[in-house]
Amino acid sequence: MSGENNWGLILGTLVFWAAAWALNEWLVRRDFAAPLARRAARLAVPLIFGITILVLWEGLVRGFNVPSVLLPPPSMIGVRLVNSLPILAADFRQTFLKSVLTGYAMGCGLGFLVAILIDRSPFLQKGLLPLGNFVSALPVIGVAPIMVMWFGFDWQSKVAVVIIMTFFPMLVNTVEGLGAASHMERDLMRTYAASWWQTLIKLRLPAAWPFIFNALKINSTLALIGAIVAEFFGTPIVGMGFRISTEVGRMNVDMVWAEIAVAALAGSAFYGAVALIERMVTFWHPSVRGGQA
Amino acid sequence: MRTDSFLRDRLIPVGTVIAILIAVWYVAAVFLNAPFERDTAARAGTEVTFAEILPRTMAQERPVLPAPHQVIAEIWDTTVNKAVTSKRSLVYHAWITLSATLLGFGIGAALGIVLAVGIVHNRAMDRSFMPWVIASQTIPILAVAPMIIVVLNAIGISGLLPKALISTYLSFFPVVVGMVKGLRSPEAIQLDLMHTYNATPAQTFWKLRWPASMPYLFTSLKVAVAISLVGAIVGELPTGAVAGLGARLLAGSYYGQTVQIWSALFMAAALAAILVAIVGIAHTAVLRRMGARP
Repeated sequence: MSGENNWGLILGTLVFWAAAWALNEWLVRRDFAAPLARRAARLAVPLIFGITILVLWEGLVRGFNVPSVLLPPPSMIGVRLVNSLPILAADFRQTFLKSVLTGYAMGCGLGFLVAILIDRSPFLQKGLLPLGNFVSALPVIGVAPIMVMWFGFDWQSKVAVVIIMTFFPMLVNTVEGLGAASHMERDLMRTYAASWWQTLIKLRLPAAWPFIFNALKINSTLALIGAIVAEFFGTPIVGMGFRISTEVGRMNVDMVWAEIAVAALAGSAFYGAVALIERMVTFWHPSVRGGQA
Repeated sequence: MRTDSFLRDRLIPVGTVIAILIAVWYVAAVFLNAPFERDTAARAGTEVTFAEILPRTMAQERPVLPAPHQVIAEIWDTTVNKAVTSKRSLVYHAWITLSATLLGFGIGAALGIVLAVGIVHNRAMDRSFMPWVIASQTIPILAVAPMIIVVLNAIGISGLLPKALISTYLSFFPVVVGMVKGLRSPEAIQLDLMHTYNATPAQTFWKLRWPASMPYLFTSLKVAVAISLVGAIVGELPTGAVAGLGARLLAGSYYGQTVQIWSALFMAAALAAILVAIVGIAHTAVLRRMGARP
C-alpha cells in the first residue's frame, strides 16, 4: 500500500452515501399523485441504490489506495471492458452461445419429454420424483471433470454438464405442473369425451406453464454456472470460465471483473428474456395480472 | 380413502428406478470400457472373445466409466482402511469441505436473517435492496469464486475462510428471500390483533412474525445448505488441489483417476443428503415444538 489515504475523497463518498440514503428515504415516504411519477419513483429507488454502491466502491477504493490487484475501482473495470471487447465477445460466443444455449435447450427439452413420457405411469413418477428432488440438492457440478474426460475439452463437454444440471429441475417441475389441473376440470374434459392428447394440450399443459417456466428460470442461472465451472476443468483457450481462471492466475483482476460483468449481464438478460416470455404465455396467472399496478 | 403406504408408494418405485439405473450403469461400463480391452489385445496380437472382455471391463485401473462396485470398493478403501488424518483418506477431505461449508452456511444464514429483518422493518431498504437481491440471483456467482480465493490468498488469508466466504455469499440469498417472505406472512388481521393488544414492535416481532417465518426459514435453509456445499467444493478448485472434495475432483481429472473422481462425487452426494436431512429433521422438530400437527 503506497501513499496517503485521501480523506477528502473518503469524506465526499460518505456524504454522497448519506445524501443518496436520505433521498431514497424521502422517495419511499412521499406519496406521488400521478401514476407516472409513482412509477418513476419505484424505478428510481433501486437505481439510486445501485449507483450509490458504485460510487461508494470507487470512492473508497481510491480514497484508501486499495491496490488494484485486490479490488479495482469500477471505472478501471469499465475501461478494461471497453478495451477488450473482441476477447470478451469470443468468450461469450464460446461459453454462452455454444455451451449454455445448446445445453439449456437440450436439457430442458429432455426433461420435458421424459415428464410427458412418464405421465401415464404413476409407478415411474413415484420412483423418479424423489430421485429428481434428491439430485436437485446434490452438487451436480462435480460431474464436470468426468464429462470433460468423456467429451473432450471443447464445448461438447460443457453442453453435457449443462444438460445434466438442467434436466432434473425441469423433470420435477413439469411432472408437478401436469398434476396441477384440478379434478373438476379434468372431469369436465372427460364429459367432453376428450382423448388423453386433447386433455394434455388443451387443459393440462396450459395449467402446467407456471411450473415449467419456474424450472426454465431456475435453469437459466444453473446453465450459466454449469458451463463456467465446467471450463475450470479444462477447455480450449477461449471461454468465460477459462478467462476467469487464467487471468486470476496472472493477477489481472480488472479483466476478471470485466468478464464477471459480462457474465452478470448475460445471466440477467437470459433470465429477463425467460421471464418476459412467461408473462406473455401465462398472462392469465394471478402473479402476472396482479403485477400490473 | 386409500392411505399412503411407505412400501407401495416409496420403497418399491424408488427401488425399481435405482435398480434400473444400476443395471444401465453396468451395461454402459461394459460398452465404454470394452474398446480399451480390445485395443490392448490387438496390440498384444491376441484375439479376445466378449466373454473374456466382460470381467476385465469391471476391473480396469483407469476405466472410462468405473463399475459401481469399483466405486464402492474405493470409497470403502479410502474411508475405513485409511487413518482419518491421512491425506489419502476421503473422510479427511470430506471434513475439510464440510467445515468450510458449515462455517459459510452459519455466517450466510445469520447474515440473511439480519438483512431480512432490516428489509421488513425499513421501507427504504426494502425498495432499494430487494430488487438487487433478486437480480443478483440471476448472476453466475460461482464465477467469482476463483478470484475471491486467489485475491484473499494474496493478502495472506488462506485456508478455511475464503472458501467459507463463497459459501456465505451463495447461501445468504435464499435465506434473505425466504425470510422476507416468511416475516411478511402474518396476515393483516393478525397484525391488527397485536395492535389491539398494544404490542410493541419487538413483541410483534418475537411473538408473531418470528414464529410465522419458521417454515419459510427452514425451506430456504435446505436450499442454502445444499448450495453452500457446492460453493465450498468449487472454492477448492483454484487452490491448486490441496485438500478437500473439490481438490480430489481436480486431482482426479488431472491424472485420469476416474475411480477417485466418482468416489469423491459419491462422498459429496452423501454429504449433501446428510446436511439436507439434518435441516429437515430440525424443521420437523421446531414445527412440532410450535404445536403444528404433521
